[in-house]
Amino acid sequence: MILLWLIIIPLISGLLAWTFGSGNNNRSRWISLAALLIDSALLIKLWSEPASQIALDRGTWLNELNIPWIPQLGISLHLAVDGLSLVLIALTLFLGIVSVVCSWTGVRERVGFFHLNLLWILAGILGVFMALDLFLFYFFWELMLVPMYFLISIWGHENRVYAALKFFIFTQAGGLAMLLSILALYFIHGKDTGVYTFDYPLLLKTAMAPPAAFWIMLGFLVAFLVKLPALPFHPWLPDAHTEAPTAGSVILAGLMLKTGAYGLLRFVLPLFPDAVASISPVMLVLAVAGIVYGAVLALGQTDLKRLIAYTSVSHMGFVLLGIFVGSAASLSGAVVQMLAHGVTTGGLFIIAGMLQDRIHTRDMDRMTGFWSAAPRIGSVALFFALASLGLPGTGNFIGEFMVLLGSYRSHAWITALAASGLVLSALYSLGLVQKVFLGRNSTGRKFVDLSARESGVIAVMIIAVLWLGILPQPVLNTVRPVLKNIECCASHAHPTHMSGGDK
Amino acid sequence: MNYADLIALSPLIVLAATSIVVMLVIAFYRSHLLTLVLTLLGLALAAASISFAASVLPRAIPPLIMVDRFALYYTVLVLLASFSVAALSYPYLKLQVGHAEEFYLLLLAATVGCSVLAAATHFASFFLGIEILSVSLYALAAYLRHRDRSIEAGVKYLILAAISSAFILFGMALVYVATGTMEFRALASLSRSNGVAGPVFLAGTCMIVAGIGFKLALVPFHLWTPDVYEGAPAPVTAFVATASKGAVFALVLRYVTLVDLQAHPSLFAIFTAVAIASMFVGNLLALFQKNIKRMLAYSSISHLGYLLVTLLASSTMAVPASSFYLTAYFITTLGAFGVVTVLSTTERDADSLDDYQGLAWRRPWLAAVLSIMLFSLAGIPLTAGFMGKFYVVAAGVGSSLWLLVASLVINSAIGLYYYLRIIVAMFSPADREIRTDPTSVVSSVILTALTLMLLWLGMYPGPVISLIGAMTIH
Repeated sequence: MILLWLIIIPLISGLLAWTFGSGNNNRSRWISLAALLIDSALLIKLWSEPASQIALDRGTWLNELNIPWIPQLGISLHLAVDGLSLVLIALTLFLGIVSVVCSWTGVRERVGFFHLNLLWILAGILGVFMALDLFLFYFFWELMLVPMYFLISIWGHENRVYAALKFFIFTQAGGLAMLLSILALYFIHGKDTGVYTFDYPLLLKTAMAPPAAFWIMLGFLVAFLVKLPALPFHPWLPDAHTEAPTAGSVILAGLMLKTGAYGLLRFVLPLFPDAVASISPVMLVLAVAGIVYGAVLALGQTDLKRLIAYTSVSHMGFVLLGIFVGSAASLSGAVVQMLAHGVTTGGLFIIAGMLQDRIHTRDMDRMTGFWSAAPRIGSVALFFALASLGLPGTGNFIGEFMVLLGSYRSHAWITALAASGLVLSALYSLGLVQKVFLGRNSTGRKFVDLSARESGVIAVMIIAVLWLGILPQPVLNTVRPVLKNIECCASHAHPTHMSGGDK
Repeated sequence: MNYADLIALSPLIVLAATSIVVMLVIAFYRSHLLTLVLTLLGLALAAASISFAASVLPRAIPPLIMVDRFALYYTVLVLLASFSVAALSYPYLKLQVGHAEEFYLLLLAATVGCSVLAAATHFASFFLGIEILSVSLYALAAYLRHRDRSIEAGVKYLILAAISSAFILFGMALVYVATGTMEFRALASLSRSNGVAGPVFLAGTCMIVAGIGFKLALVPFHLWTPDVYEGAPAPVTAFVATASKGAVFALVLRYVTLVDLQAHPSLFAIFTAVAIASMFVGNLLALFQKNIKRMLAYSSISHLGYLLVTLLASSTMAVPASSFYLTAYFITTLGAFGVVTVLSTTERDADSLDDYQGLAWRRPWLAAVLSIMLFSLAGIPLTAGFMGKFYVVAAGVGSSLWLLVASLVINSAIGLYYYLRIIVAMFSPADREIRTDPTSVVSSVILTALTLMLLWLGMYPGPVISLIGAMTIH
């Protein structure tokens, strides 16, 4: 039941925040914060149970809930978490709390409705990370879109309506392709076994003819690559990230992109090992192309948030690379990169939001020498920029390094090209700091430095990034057994990948 | 005809009796409220009599009528639509000039026609049902005589519906010449054994299909739809969009499950082409509408296109998928036009996108209802529309209709654009002050009930799916 509560609490408190938020804005903020803290407490309780530790070591489900929902169609409310879900749920709650706190003063209009949307997005994302019924998964996958659409289109910046629409249509179209695949899988399994079900553990055993498997996988792949986003499916991302309010950008970059990667890990790799093997060369090329393309475009941006958005395309390229190389090290690296990127990019978006709140522009040509005006903002921006370029000691370094390490043995050329992304990331990260914060403050702008609330949020995020960078082993231990199972599927189909890794 | 036959027919009898009672009451004592109460009472009684009728199922009243679970289910849907439309019309008509009472009389007559269609198994009952329905709708569409648009809608509907009825009638005659029977079951068994062919039969079938295509507003017989939707009073539009189309679709479904379309490649190809054309034409034309009633008209064209997918799927999935989809579509469309009705004034219906600018901040409840309805039309989770779309896609995938399913998916993505446009308008800041009257109690109750039904079907559809799954067509 604890898993269901994790989802229900944000859903209900969202409604509460909306109902009781009218007239007193702080009330809805506190309700949201309280809901997320309760959720976090539940998660810690789940994590620390002795039984969970054993399950974590084995890579099995820590906790499972399976009750029939629409039995006539073989749909059940099947939720479960393993190590992979657990770390991503932790990231969700962490960034959820960060988003509530960082929009404490930034959002002043329709506060109750804002928090309703925020909490419902988080509930949808939590559901995605837990669902083990494919129908349920699709349900949550779609559920998180609507509140995100509202978040962008109501509280966003100048071009918000266009950006929100683009985001919605891209992700919906991808989702519908996945729906077709889910249904095809459902019918193939049903015709083979006579059991019509959407249950993931049962569907895992479906025997498919190779062409069918390939097409079905393609449907899943499209949905996840749109979310991730991988190269040809990314056009929604720069607009959505740029126009969203700060909390929206944090959740988009920090969490929603991760649902795509999670989908690849949880569904595509285990369900279609052979089809994955046949398409992985294409995916590796896409990954590297994304790394370089995102970085090069980031170099050319003058809009601060747009720049950060393009760095996401580049960083998620590493995740895609790690996943489709499929070795132990590269998979772990991809997961660490997901977590580190979530926190780092969230931090950068928060800083961009702070600057926008203070000087009402995101145009970097109109920013210079802000270090003298706000040294504390400058120094935290420097920290996140360095983390983003993968400085040793930060989680991003661990993630990217492990991905490259895991890929090198089997795909030396691809890895070499991907590594060029690191050089480019140094260029755009340092360029950002130099342009905005260093130099002479010729405009003579003065503005308020970090407030206590902002400092607190940023401090926690810095600690998280450093923790991932200096002591990543607990996280690696948590996800390793799960990834091992995934890796077994992948390497079973494609023996050349066995050599990769650091067992 | 014996006692059990009368029990089976009791919903129809109650409906017909109610219309006569209402007519007599209007003749002697004009009272808008009394007429409404009598109408709602009659509809509720008819709904109650369904549980009696359900005890004698299945009951054939040869040769015209077959009362089975399928017929009763669609009768319930029609009654739901009629009840909602009647209740929503009351505050709407109070704002209009002229007598309001006959409106309910016409509505009841149209409801009788729809219920007959849901149970028809013979060309005669088919034609009777369609004529009772159409004649009432001519008058209903033109009911607001002081509005030019309303007159235009009525005349347009009259001319085109009369032509389509003529097509159907002539088609029936040709089929009768070729086969010597007018009963669905006999026709179906003849066509299954390939005992009929030849140009006369084919011409007859094509004419009937054209007539039905008109009633369902399928491309290329859809040209009347936007104008009639726009011109007719909002509650009438709701009725045209739901009950009238739903009942005709029920009849088609009954015939098609008897015939099995997949065994007839030429008919199958025709329906596939019509379905795909309806989806694309409906959605693409809806993209450019600034008038909400026209937008919903085009959207309904595309939804009927989606619905045709179930017709082409294997018959085990066809009935449950299309029944669930239609149920969702009924509730959603009634809710959407319900909001339009509530917002309408004496001079004009609230059909411009400007009327919805900033609605979420002026009248949050109405905006929430309309948003939920639009999300349901777009097939977003938590709403019945999501389950409906899921069901239709499942039916298509289950029968490997990949072309149809692919165009359904593409069209769902296109459709999002215009549904979201209305929602964006509602949630953007209001640019002008608009006078707002409080929503009347009766409209609030109906809209709340529809919204709850929609969410219930979207979140816990199990019971309804069981109900639909137990339906077989006799």
